[in-house]
Amino acid sequence: MLFFAIAVAGLFIADIAITTANPWRDLGQFFIGVATPNFFSTEGLMTALLRTVAFGFVGVTLGSLCGFLLALVYRFMPVRIFCAFIRAIHELFWALIFLQFFGFHPLTGVLAIAIPYAGIFAKVYSEILDESDPEPSRLLPPGTGAIAAFLYARIPDCWVQLRTYTAYRLECGLRSSAILGFVGLPTLGFYLESSFSQGLYSDAGAMLILFYVLIATMPLWVKPKLLPFYILAAPFFLGEGFPIVWGNVERFFTEDIVPSPLRNGEGLAGLSTWLGDLMVTEALPGIWNTIVLTQIALVATGILSLLAFPLISKHFGGPVRRTSGHVFLVIARSTPEYILAYILLQLWGPSMLPAVVALALHNGGIIGHLIGRQTNTIELRPDAPTGFTRYSWELVPRVYRSFLAFLFYRWEIIMRETAILGILGIYTLGFYVDSAIQNIQFDRAMILILITASLNIGVDILGRYIRRKLALQTMPTC
Amino acid sequence: MNIKQIRKWLVSGFLALVATSTATAQTFVFTAIPDEDETRLVERFRGIADYLSEQLEVDVRYIPVKSYAAAITAFRNNQVQLAWFGGLSGVQARALVPGSEALAQGVEDQAFYNYFIAHKSTGLDRADELPEGIRGKTFTFGSKGSTSGRLIPEYHIRERFNEAPETVFSRVGFSGNHTRTLRLVESGTYDVGALNYKVWEKELEDGNINTNDVKIIWKTPGFPNYQWTIRGDVDDRFGEGFKEKVREALLNLDDPALLESFPREGFIPASNDDYEPIRSVASELGIID
Repeated sequence: MLFFAIAVAGLFIADIAITTANPWRDLGQFFIGVATPNFFSTEGLMTALLRTVAFGFVGVTLGSLCGFLLALVYRFMPVRIFCAFIRAIHELFWALIFLQFFGFHPLTGVLAIAIPYAGIFAKVYSEILDESDPEPSRLLPPGTGAIAAFLYARIPDCWVQLRTYTAYRLECGLRSSAILGFVGLPTLGFYLESSFSQGLYSDAGAMLILFYVLIATMPLWVKPKLLPFYILAAPFFLGEGFPIVWGNVERFFTEDIVPSPLRNGEGLAGLSTWLGDLMVTEALPGIWNTIVLTQIALVATGILSLLAFPLISKHFGGPVRRTSGHVFLVIARSTPEYILAYILLQLWGPSMLPAVVALALHNGGIIGHLIGRQTNTIELRPDAPTGFTRYSWELVPRVYRSFLAFLFYRWEIIMRETAILGILGIYTLGFYVDSAIQNIQFDRAMILILITASLNIGVDILGRYIRRKLALQTMPTC
Repeated sequence: MNIKQIRKWLVSGFLALVATSTATAQTFVFTAIPDEDETRLVERFRGIADYLSEQLEVDVRYIPVKSYAAAITAFRNNQVQLAWFGGLSGVQARALVPGSEALAQGVEDQAFYNYFIAHKSTGLDRADELPEGIRGKTFTFGSKGSTSGRLIPEYHIRERFNEAPETVFSRVGFSGNHTRTLRLVESGTYDVGALNYKVWEKELEDGNINTNDVKIIWKTPGFPNYQWTIRGDVDDRFGEGFKEKVREALLNLDDPALLESFPREGFIPASNDDYEPIRSVASELGIID
């Protein structure tokens, strides 16, 4: 209830106008474009698709590897803090950072995915490992080496969960990889942005369709036996880029990100004025807008997922309706929110509304899918009520706890996305980060990224506290 | 089986790390600020790459970038050696790369100007000064780092109203580039916008503007704009006299189709000092230190 009230209050402060004179005409043109896809527009389309897959694979592989190693030492506080920190910074921010010194080198894209993913993998892997059955290791003969015990007694027990989660993460990796194109890497987002901004909706439609096909057919082409082959091949398909100049790396860390008053020898007094100015003019408005938008999007997500889950629930409607429900939810959840927001911003003009709708559609799609699947495991009495009564008195109460659990789990994710949507022109933290980078003021950008990260960590802790308080458990989602 | 798979993952992860650095041979790379539709830019600069490659007898490659800052950063990081910058981005880039210099500018770039344009619903007409009536309307700049899309319009808005654009207008946006500004004002997403006169005239000539929906309300005074800027260390890398060869090649460019694609009448010599007015305006607005 409290959250709902905050969101309604947020609606009044937030700027949610549709500013386009003719939003529906544009939306119509976009759907016509999707219906008449042009697969032969850009010569680079197939290459872009290949690069998207390659960056996704290499990034996730590297991330899972480092994440696994970190998971082994996850019980140490510094490791936990380190992991929380690297995963609190969004892939796009990492990419923007690496672009400044690696430039257009494949390493930029690979690390942008691998680093935050390593943080996430570390956390989830360690949770999975902790839940594995300790019994087998107790039965080992004394003197068994620690590594052998770990490999033969711990891993086999939770191998399936590890594998499932990693495979799931791979799908997220492909999404991340696609959006990296928006900042200039040679993946799908690069071409999507170009065609969209020029109003070439048929070209953009073709790219979106290819992307859905890629994600939807993953179970067909990602087979355990083929994985080693993909992983070995992927690095060779990242493209060449440009050689790294190591001097640039050194310059970035020793000059660019040092706050300008310190660089110019103005000392601590200069630094505090500089910081104060940064806080008042950029950080505080950014934080405020980020929080307002996050809260509205969170509640909108909740409402949408409650509305959406009956679409795929076996307790309502026949197979036709369920299949179309599935298609809708698959599209909603496999379109990265960044791309959704980008599309809606193009069509409706700049305000918070496209962002709210994009976040709610994507996250509502995910939660609706999970909840809907859960209702399918519920067996109702033969004489159970039907229709709306069944929905509100039989099903919603049964899934409400897990619904809340998922929602609070996604709180932090929604906030991370909200911040990043600023790059598209909504005045959240990402807007100010992007402005600082456009003005070649990396010191400012770094401070703002750090603020964004701490905000995310804060919400993560709060969300976890609430979930513990309500005794809610979830599987992680991305 | 499990162990085998883990081992495979480990090994391949390592290979992924190792196989990431491949060096390109001595290719002369250039970029340009993304101030217009990308298809147009790619078409234009591929032509330039072919021309330069023929004249300079080295491989020449153009890379498209997504933002003005990315163009500056690539230049600074020596991943490109030559760039077609706007007035402001050129000043920023040359400040970051000691020894770099402005080589050549378009004939028109000595006294470039901007148009402020408005959607028909505003009822605004062309005037000799920036109309008072734009107050309270919605307004879009081009890119955040643009000279004619941001710096000069902001300068004139502040001059005219003595206030920041955010308080003059009810909403301020950044369209991304000049073509987008035109489209957004034409469709009424924003009431008013400011753009580079060259883009306006080229689109008008090509019949891409619905002049019933959008019109010019003010033309700014002239200012120096676009130029080719080259890094100071190209002679070390590509041989003595390379910089002069590039300058000659650009000044001698007379292929009408290529010039038309910019569109410029031709290129003339430029120097860093030509852009002093831009530098002082930018530092006045706090865009550069």
